[in-house]
Amino acid sequence: MARIIAGVSSSHVPAIGAAIDNKQTEEPYWKRVFSGFEKSKEWMAQAKPDVVILIYNDHASAFSVEMVPTFALGCAAEFPPADEGWGPRPVPVVKGHPQLAAHIAQSVILDEFDITVVNKMEVDHGLTVPMNLLFGSPKEWPCPVIPLAVNVVLYPPPTGHRCFMLGRAIRKAVESYPEDLRVVVFGTGGMSHQISGPRAGLINSKFDKAFLDNLTKDPKKLTRIPHLEYMREAGAEGIEMVMWLVMRGALEDKVDEVYRFYTVPASNTAVGHIILEPHRRSAKKAAGKSKKPAGKMKRAAARAKTAVLRSR
Amino acid sequence: MAREQHDYDDIPGTFVFDQDRSRQGFGINMFCMSLMKDDNRKAFKANEAEYLKKFNLTPEQTDAVLKRDYNRMLELGGNIYFTAKLGATDGHSFRHLAAVMTGSSQDDYANMMLAGGRSVEGNRSRSGKVAKSAKAAKKLAKKPAKAKSKAKTRSKSRSKRG
Repeated sequence: MARIIAGVSSSHVPAIGAAIDNKQTEEPYWKRVFSGFEKSKEWMAQAKPDVVILIYNDHASAFSVEMVPTFALGCAAEFPPADEGWGPRPVPVVKGHPQLAAHIAQSVILDEFDITVVNKMEVDHGLTVPMNLLFGSPKEWPCPVIPLAVNVVLYPPPTGHRCFMLGRAIRKAVESYPEDLRVVVFGTGGMSHQISGPRAGLINSKFDKAFLDNLTKDPKKLTRIPHLEYMREAGAEGIEMVMWLVMRGALEDKVDEVYRFYTVPASNTAVGHIILEPHRRSAKKAAGKSKKPAGKMKRAAARAKTAVLRSR
Repeated sequence: MAREQHDYDDIPGTFVFDQDRSRQGFGINMFCMSLMKDDNRKAFKANEAEYLKKFNLTPEQTDAVLKRDYNRMLELGGNIYFTAKLGATDGHSFRHLAAVMTGSSQDDYANMMLAGGRSVEGNRSRSGKVAKSAKAAKKLAKKPAKAKSKAKTRSKSRSKRG
């Protein structure tokens, strides 16, 4: 049986991609951002998921104003990087997982989430920048990725509650897939930012930090935030944070926060990042019951380390 | 017909890209989409006004594009993720466009962002009725029973729309 081993979220700022592509990651401005993802890359290298389900929004690359699907699931075998006006990003083609994607599509539609199935799609920075942040810049991506594009460009996006419930339906779908696959669900976008109009540059760290806190402790509270509040408090484009709730909905109610990073700014945006794992009882108890105590202890130790990082 | 008023029209300095704007700005956004192809970028650069004729823009929209008036493009139905492709064609980043839209110099805008960005204080509401909602927002974020305060904020923003 497939299972979800963790949830990750991060911003997907295009300038981060440009900094990687132009080899500026060592410049002080960018080092501040990238250093926050060093631990995350180590975590991902250890987690070694078989598949990543990546929730993101298309930025007028695959979907123009001609058709705007609210939820679109990438079921293709591969997804080439899109030319967003600067030429395609020099990143590997993203390989999909058509079998699991088909299973998820069927399961969630029968669960009354009328998603759009996509069999041909290019992917933009919304998908590839978060992959760089967690996987670095390898020649080939280490695992298949199932893209789930959420409309947050044309108002209104789906509600936070709807996103959360879709996450639940995805968990149910994954857990009914017969093959033993370890799946990471990755929600992207946000955090507070506005890149359009005279109010551009808006950042609301208080809002972001409360959002991160509640993502771990009380996500249902977040599902009740109305769109108006996201736009007013976190900027017109801050509404992208609803996509994090798909990730959270795909996890159990109780989770352990393994790692968190937050910095301002990256270009116009507050960068937020969090890693959540299903809640484990104390390391001792877990060790007593687990077949692989060493692995669990290692994770507990890693958690202790990141807890220190967080408190800084 | 006049544009239908919405609660989010109260957010200052913001053009929410809803379906009314999307319909109005269809030509602007499709023009911007065309700039994803290098050949089109070159054709546009070679003769901008001529290239724009293919997209059925209104004279105001054409003017806004030719003058690179990004706020006006948004007001006339453009969306930032689309107009950014025009910016990219000119060699400009999102941050560059953001500075332009705020009327700041590039340096001033960059410094504002480095200092933590534009504060939400004083930037919540055109009417000013939600200007002091920081506490209410905190309550929303922190207290479990916040249904009441949420309703309050909503009715406030509605009442000011009359």
